[in-house]
Amino acid sequence: MTSKPSLQAELDRLEEIVRALEADELDLDRALGLFEEGIARLRGAREHLAAAELRLRQLRDAAGGGAEVVDLDR
Amino acid sequence: MNLELPLEQPAKAQRPFTVQEVVAGARQYLEQLPTVWVEGEISGFRVYRSGVWFFTLKDRVAQLSCVVFRREAERMRSQPEDGLKVYAQGHLSVNAQRGQMQFVVDRLIPTSQGGFHAIRLEQARAALEKDGLLAPERKRALPCFPRCIGVVTSPDGAAWSDVVAVVRRRWPGCELVLVGARVQGDEAPREIRRALALAQRFEGLDVLIVGRGGGSKEDLRAFNDEGVARAVAASRVPVISAVGHEVDVTLTDLVADVRAATPSAAAEKAVPDRAEVLRQLASLGLHLGRSAGRRVETAGARLSRAALRMGAAVEHRVVVASHFVATAAGRMTASCEARAATHRGRLERLGTALEALSPLAVLARGYAVAREESGRVLRRTADFPPGARFRLHVSDGEVRARAEGP
Repeated sequence: MTSKPSLQAELDRLEEIVRALEADELDLDRALGLFEEGIARLRGAREHLAAAELRLRQLRDAAGGGAEVVDLDR
Repeated sequence: MNLELPLEQPAKAQRPFTVQEVVAGARQYLEQLPTVWVEGEISGFRVYRSGVWFFTLKDRVAQLSCVVFRREAERMRSQPEDGLKVYAQGHLSVNAQRGQMQFVVDRLIPTSQGGFHAIRLEQARAALEKDGLLAPERKRALPCFPRCIGVVTSPDGAAWSDVVAVVRRRWPGCELVLVGARVQGDEAPREIRRALALAQRFEGLDVLIVGRGGGSKEDLRAFNDEGVARAVAASRVPVISAVGHEVDVTLTDLVADVRAATPSAAAEKAVPDRAEVLRQLASLGLHLGRSAGRRVETAGARLSRAALRMGAAVEHRVVVASHFVATAAGRMTASCEARAATHRGRLERLGTALEALSPLAVLARGYAVAREESGRVLRRTADFPPGARFRLHVSDGEVRARAEGP
C-alpha cells in the first residue's frame, strides 16, 4: 500500500536494535548509529499514529472475476 | 430450476414408448429433484428379508410411499413404529417394477427430538465439528495494528455505522472496506457467502468483521447457515463475528476466530486505541530522551546533534501525552486495558533496554573515547603522532589533550 514501514515494522525494528546492542560486539560508531535509529523509530511510530483520517471504501465485483474498491462518501 | 423431461416424443415418432421407457424416463426426471425434508406420520412399516424398509408417510390429506435401502437402514439406530411422527430426508424416485412414485429416505428423525430448525442446526454443528472447524487451535490471533478492515454486513444497517464510529474514534489511521450483503431474508445466506468470497479476492485485508445489528432469533438464521459458517472458516484472514445477539451463539460465532456480541464490540476488538498507544510511546520517548539527552550533551558533536533532535521530539511528546492522558482515561474498557498492558510491557522493555545499552553508559563505567577535532574516533597508537591534539570524552564532559609519543 504505502512505502512507509508499518507500525508493526517500526516496533519489530526497535526490538532488532535492542538485540543488536545486547550482542555487545558493535564498535562505538555503529552502536551510536543504532541508538539514534532507535530514537528515529520511536518518532516514526508516533507519526504513524498521528497520520491520516479514516478512509471508507466499498468492495465490489469487478469485470473478469476480480474485486475492485471504490471510495464511499461520508 | 430448469428440468428437461426426458420423454419428449417427436411428432413423427415411429413407435410408441415401451412401459419400461416411460417408467425409466419418469424416474430419471424425478431423481433430478433436490433432496428435501418431509414431515409426516409413519404407517404400514415392514422390513423385507433383503433388509430394505418400506412404509408410508402420511398427513391428513395425502400419503407417500417410502423406502429405506439396507445401507441407510443399518445406519439408523432403531426401527420406527407405526404412528411415529418424523422428519424424513430423501429424494423422489420411481419403483420400476410397480411403476409407483416413492420417496427414498436416507434420514429419519422423530419430531419429538425438537423443532425442525433445532435439529438441522444441531446436525450442521455436528458436521462442522466433525470437519474440525470448531477446534480451538484453529483460532487465529488478530493483527495488533490493522491497516485495512473488511466488514461484511448490510450497507444500510446499523452495524456498518457502528463499526465506522468506533474505528474513527479509536484507530482513524486505517481503512474500512464495506463488503455489502443482505443479512436477513431467504437470500441472506447466499449473499453473505458471496461477500465472503469477494473479500478473499481482495489482497489488502488484515481482518474481517462479519455480522449485523441486533435482531430476533429468526433474523439470525443466515448466520446459522452451514455454508456461511464454512465460508467464514475458509477465510484467509482472521474473522470477528458480530451477530448482534448476546444470548444466541450462531454457527458463524462458533467458527469465527473471535466472537463479539455486537458490531461495536467487534470494532473495539479489531483495533487498538490510538490514544493509549500514543501515551505509551510518549512515556517511552520521554524516558529515552531524558536519560540519553543528559549524557549526550557533553559527548561530542554528533551526539549534540542527536540531543537537539531528541529534545524537540520529547517536548512534543509531552504535550501530546498530557492531552491524551486527560481525555483517554475515562474511555478505557477492560479489554483495551489488557491490550494496553501488552504494548506497555513491550515498550517499557524496549526503553529500559535501550537505556541500559546506550554506548554512553560505557563512559560512565570509566572508559574514555578519544576523538579528533573532526569527531573521528582514535583507536590505535598510529592515530596519536607526537604532538597530535585531540579531545578526550569522559562521563561528565571532555578535555583537550596532546599526545607526547608512543
